[in-house]
Amino acid sequence: MIELENVAYSYGGGELLSDITLKLAPGSFHFLTGPSGTGKTTLMKLCYGALLPTAGHLRMFGADVRGLGRDDIALMRRRVGVVHQDVKFLDHLPLTENIALPLNVSGRQAEAGGTDLEELMSWVGLTHRADALPPELSGGERQRAALARAVIMSPDVILADEPTGNIDWEMSQRLLRLLIELNRMGKTVLIATHDLSLIRATKAHVQARVLRIANRRIQLAGADL
Amino acid sequence: MGALRAIFKGDRQADRVVPPSGFTAQLTLFAAGAMAFLAVFALALSLASGRLAQVWGQELAQSATVRIVAPLDQRAAQTEAALKVLQTTKGVASARALTDAEQEELLAPWFGPELAMENLPVPRLIEVVEEGEGLDPVGLRLRLSAEVPGAVLDDHSRWRAPLVAAASRLRLLGWISTLLIGAAVAAMVTLAAQAALAANAQVIAVLRLVGATDDYIARAFIRRFTLRALLGAAAGTVLGMVAVILLPDAGEAGGFLTGLGFRGWHWVVPLLVPLLVGAVAFAATGAAARRTLRELT
Repeated sequence: MIELENVAYSYGGGELLSDITLKLAPGSFHFLTGPSGTGKTTLMKLCYGALLPTAGHLRMFGADVRGLGRDDIALMRRRVGVVHQDVKFLDHLPLTENIALPLNVSGRQAEAGGTDLEELMSWVGLTHRADALPPELSGGERQRAALARAVIMSPDVILADEPTGNIDWEMSQRLLRLLIELNRMGKTVLIATHDLSLIRATKAHVQARVLRIANRRIQLAGADL
Repeated sequence: MGALRAIFKGDRQADRVVPPSGFTAQLTLFAAGAMAFLAVFALALSLASGRLAQVWGQELAQSATVRIVAPLDQRAAQTEAALKVLQTTKGVASARALTDAEQEELLAPWFGPELAMENLPVPRLIEVVEEGEGLDPVGLRLRLSAEVPGAVLDDHSRWRAPLVAAASRLRLLGWISTLLIGAAVAAMVTLAAQAALAANAQVIAVLRLVGATDDYIARAFIRRFTLRALLGAAAGTVLGMVAVILLPDAGEAGGFLTGLGFRGWHWVVPLLVPLLVGAVAFAATGAAARRTLRELT
């Protein structure tokens, strides 16, 4: 799905990530952890083409991102569902339209009003909030809405950056169960989080690999979790 | 062409992704309307002065005047003699002495009506209509000076040239104004679109994230500004044309001032103003949107 080969990324100052080699195989479940500021979000951004690696090769669905045009990136994003750390919605549109937005922008309006959308809304437990505007939602509702928007196109890969960042334990458990369910349906999942207890709780349900960023490099975390 | 079709067909959903902008939308509408209103007048000026230049150039070039300045008792005889000379002159289609009534009418704007012409040493005017290559003024003057001492030939070229030049210059200024108005519309729409794009940076970022192509995002803005400019310009054009229609008609006395306005097929020209404004808005918004989008990931 997504392959990184000796990828490095540097901001103006120094190198933030270097020599990252990683392969997200279809149907795999990965956690990405490490102290804040080590480059988790940067790595996520590299994975959906918001940033281009400064060295090495990054392939999405077999194509090197450096060779992709702006429209190719847009098309690629329809196959990657992203849940952001600080979820952004179109604040003037009701929740259902926000969740159906990926369908609308890719010319699949016909499906936006269908029963799939209703099912998805009830799956994330937001049916009763369908007509609410995004600013009226609580933190947990926003995160679940973001997940619904990320998966409505039935993407092959789901990238979630601190999806449980500002919600309580019970809600984060619920969100995680949704992600596990998606993984069981064959989706590739990558979750960036610094919450180790969340990782432990998940490992009971799914075969998850834990990647840790330290010293600008990525390591497979061992049994200490 | 596909983009143009999309503009008019519209996409209700795509329209909704950009939040409505109330006040600034009305400013765009108003500015486009005002510009179109001005453009209608600039066009009226250009077309009218072009028409005047043509009329003056043609009509005056095809005619000349012979003035008989002689004491009252010799005037009739000299007029006869001059007419005889003119009848045998090459390039003259017809020559005709104006009647007292006609001369009175010509002088009426200056001396008022009911002027007793018969007692005044007013020169007799002979209207000469030329044909073909026109007459040879030098040869005619020689013949007239030999046979009719009181005759003076005026072939109009002396005062025709500056009039035609003035009218041509006026026409040029009118076209330049029209072009400037078009450029101002482009600048205004670019500013408005730029402001809208900047104000909606977050919307654009969200759209990019969920897989919208640049074309999709740009279209949402282009459609909005093109339609606003088109609508505003249409209203401005209608008002401008009504104003031109309502220009007071100065009748026979007004001379060239009455010419300001449209004649015949020229009425079609102002109708192009909204379309051109729409096209300018389309191009300007497209350029602004593409410029802004290129800077985003």
